[in-house]
Amino acid sequence: MSESALQPFHEQYTALTNAGSLPGSALPWLSNLRERGMTRFDELGFPTPRVEKWKYTNLRALERQVFHPATTMTASLGLDRVPTLIGEQAGHRAVFVNGRFRAEMSSLGRLPKGAKVMSFAQALEAEPNLLAEEIDQIAEGQDEQPFYHLNCAFMQDGLVLHVEEGAKIEEPIEVVYLAAADDESLAYHPRHLIVAGKNSEATLVEHHVGIGEANTLANHVTEIRVEPGAKLHHYKLNAETDAAFHVSTLHARVQENAFYDSFTLTTGGQLSRNEPHVKLEGSFADARLNGAYLQRGKQHCDNTTLIEHAVPDTHCREIFKGALEGKGRAVFAGKLHVYPDAQRTDGNQLSRCLLLSNQAEIDTKPELEIYADDVVCSHGCTAGELEKDPLFYLRSRGIPFPVARRMMVESFLAEVVQEITTEDLRQAFLDRVTDWLSRSEQ
Amino acid sequence: MGATAETVEQVQEVTGQKYKYGFVTEIDEERPPKGLNEDIIRFISQKKEEPEWMLEWRLKAYRHWLTMKHPSWQKCSIPPIDFQDAYYYAAPKQDKDRPQSLDDVDPKLLETYEKLGIPLQEQEMLAGVAVDAVFDSVSVATTYKAKLEEQGIIFCSMSEAIHNHPDLVKQYLGSVVPYSDNFFATLNSAVFTDGSFVYIPKGVKCPMELSTYFRINAENTGQFERTLIIAEEGSSVSYLEGCTAPQRDENQLHAAVVELVALDNAEIKYSTVQNWFPGDENGVGGIYNFVTKRGACRGDNSKIAWTQVETGSAVTWKYPSCILQGDNSVGEFYSIAITNNYQQADTGTKMIHLGKNTKSRIVSKGISAGHADQTYRGLVRVSPKADGAHNFTQCDSLLIGDTCGAHTVPYIESRNNQARVEHEATTSKISEDQLFYCRQRGISEEDAVALVVNGFCREVLQQLPMEFAVEAQKLVGISLEGSVG
Repeated sequence: MSESALQPFHEQYTALTNAGSLPGSALPWLSNLRERGMTRFDELGFPTPRVEKWKYTNLRALERQVFHPATTMTASLGLDRVPTLIGEQAGHRAVFVNGRFRAEMSSLGRLPKGAKVMSFAQALEAEPNLLAEEIDQIAEGQDEQPFYHLNCAFMQDGLVLHVEEGAKIEEPIEVVYLAAADDESLAYHPRHLIVAGKNSEATLVEHHVGIGEANTLANHVTEIRVEPGAKLHHYKLNAETDAAFHVSTLHARVQENAFYDSFTLTTGGQLSRNEPHVKLEGSFADARLNGAYLQRGKQHCDNTTLIEHAVPDTHCREIFKGALEGKGRAVFAGKLHVYPDAQRTDGNQLSRCLLLSNQAEIDTKPELEIYADDVVCSHGCTAGELEKDPLFYLRSRGIPFPVARRMMVESFLAEVVQEITTEDLRQAFLDRVTDWLSRSEQ
Repeated sequence: MGATAETVEQVQEVTGQKYKYGFVTEIDEERPPKGLNEDIIRFISQKKEEPEWMLEWRLKAYRHWLTMKHPSWQKCSIPPIDFQDAYYYAAPKQDKDRPQSLDDVDPKLLETYEKLGIPLQEQEMLAGVAVDAVFDSVSVATTYKAKLEEQGIIFCSMSEAIHNHPDLVKQYLGSVVPYSDNFFATLNSAVFTDGSFVYIPKGVKCPMELSTYFRINAENTGQFERTLIIAEEGSSVSYLEGCTAPQRDENQLHAAVVELVALDNAEIKYSTVQNWFPGDENGVGGIYNFVTKRGACRGDNSKIAWTQVETGSAVTWKYPSCILQGDNSVGEFYSIAITNNYQQADTGTKMIHLGKNTKSRIVSKGISAGHADQTYRGLVRVSPKADGAHNFTQCDSLLIGDTCGAHTVPYIESRNNQARVEHEATTSKISEDQLFYCRQRGISEEDAVALVVNGFCREVLQQLPMEFAVEAQKLVGISLEGSVG
């Protein structure tokens, strides 16, 4: 950790607070949270590989950058349409540019009753008490997460989604996060709150894209509560530019009989880090924490996950698969933690990686920490190249090598993409995989 | 193993006579004061009449040690150790301090011997009854020693090796575990008192299992043991460390270092059975076993296999590792770790693949009962040059009771696309169905647990040398006593 890397953030924070330009400066709880965030971030600094949770992800490239706080942009982005994953006609859409909500680009008019979408900044004005009750309250174990604290200090906007009790939102809600930086490096720290009320059901699709040449740092923090009996499907595509740094810290609590289903596909970014922390805190809570990554060039993707089984009869399944080309690097560190007395826990974890080049690297740390005896927990992990026999079989049928290879990688990854329960979305994610493979350099 | 009735009788006669005439020679050497400083290290070195270079090496290690911090990443809680509050050179134990007969020995210990089926004479020896085991093993060992010497095998204590084979020691000591390796290995390098030295010449297959049990002066090698095994081209050796019988020791901290070197086509098999005092049912007392064990497969087609059965010690903290340098070299690690009551174990292995077509296999079985906590921690690293490397890892944990913990922390780093790395781990509890089936056949609950656990560990038990395997199976059952019901 170098002091100089922290300096710009410090100065920016002081400037912003003195100018009173951070939203909610009149709210004591928020000011305290910001203050505490900045202090703690100062103490922790950017993590070095000596910090166990960052053992395989080196932030030197990020520390070298001086990021400017992203400001509200009113100018046109030069985009004729919003990039969308699910199609312009389908679903509901909230658009954020550099972390700021852009109402004019969003289409939320058709949102059914029972679903409330606001921007964080709007919510601060309209319902500050709601945020006071939830923000920083759902998160747990955040003390050692420097990026979480950095986010607390700088948070300005983000998504607030509230699904009311019993509401079933049929169409997916797509949130487009557009990173746009052309001239100077920009940093922004969106803060999201998602509450799925009792017995409700909704699908949230996060779509991260980027335009422009300059570096961006998107430091997301998401807090999620899935209330008893609710179902929340949460899918994410990270397709930012190769100049983007993406850090996403997520804290989710899953209550009794609730189901939290997540899938993350990472194809973009110079360095991306997904750090979901899911706590199963009600009996028969169920979580899926799946993901895939496709990295090439000098990209680096880190999925560090923690699933806590806090009470008896909880269930989780975690599958991460990926393929690496060029000097692509990936990290998977998944931890299952079973509390004492969390009997009849069922936890499975699988990590598989294909190394498609001789310079790619995968570092895996699947971890089990178990304090109850009546459990079934397992993890499996493999790393290696494509199997020779099927490849030979395909080629013996006259399929050229690049095609055969693509078919095999595609089917390898399809296995985890299949876990997405909504059919249209499954196809959309599969298309992204196919698209990445078609751009293969090899 | 070892003591025949005859020799023990003879020895008893001799020692008995000694006492009859009150013929106790004052062999007690001056003991240096407690604490650790350069003078103590000089004292140790002087006592052992070591050459200058050895002393220099020790001092170098000590000076480095002063700059190091006690590691804290392990998943065991231990109170801070006061390194100044310990003796670093223990004089040989005197007969008068030992129990004079089996009647003086802790009945609990004897009960365990009984269960393990150890003959009476051996019991005396193991319990350290004044019938000096050393005497006994002298007679046994000399016969073996002659046989080994015929083939050019060197099997002696480390101190002897420093005197008689300084070139070999100089060449290999610290070449696998450098003096600066880690906190406890560095401490060991500074203050090690003795250990075993084995050298197998080119092309020789060692005709018998080597064991510390047979080595002269094996007694009181103390808490800082240093073992070095060198297998020259085309040779092979199987080495047994420890003993299935429970061992009591006044030293709480044990920080040993074991170095193995296998050259072209050589094979080393190192088996450990560790059953030191684990502390009582309430977790009071017990030994800290912090060992650095590492083998280097330097030559092509070489092989090193570690097999360990860890049932003792309050805290076990060790990672026997293989550095697979030579092409086509093979590393294996088979482990059973059983923790009961308040025992803690953080153990596993490291397989570092450097050469082409290197293979490694890890099978780890952990059983946790009572309030025990157990962690498998392992590293598999495939370097960019290790084309065709293959690793297979399986670690299974079995939990008995709801107050214990079992953890798995594997690190897998692959930087070669032609390598294959596979890892599997499961954690579950002992199957009710299997227990029920045994109970229904009239097998008592404790025996049923022992049976099921033995089945769970079978893969590893099979790797043990014959004479160890039988005893180890019984040991598995005994270690888990009191964990059910």
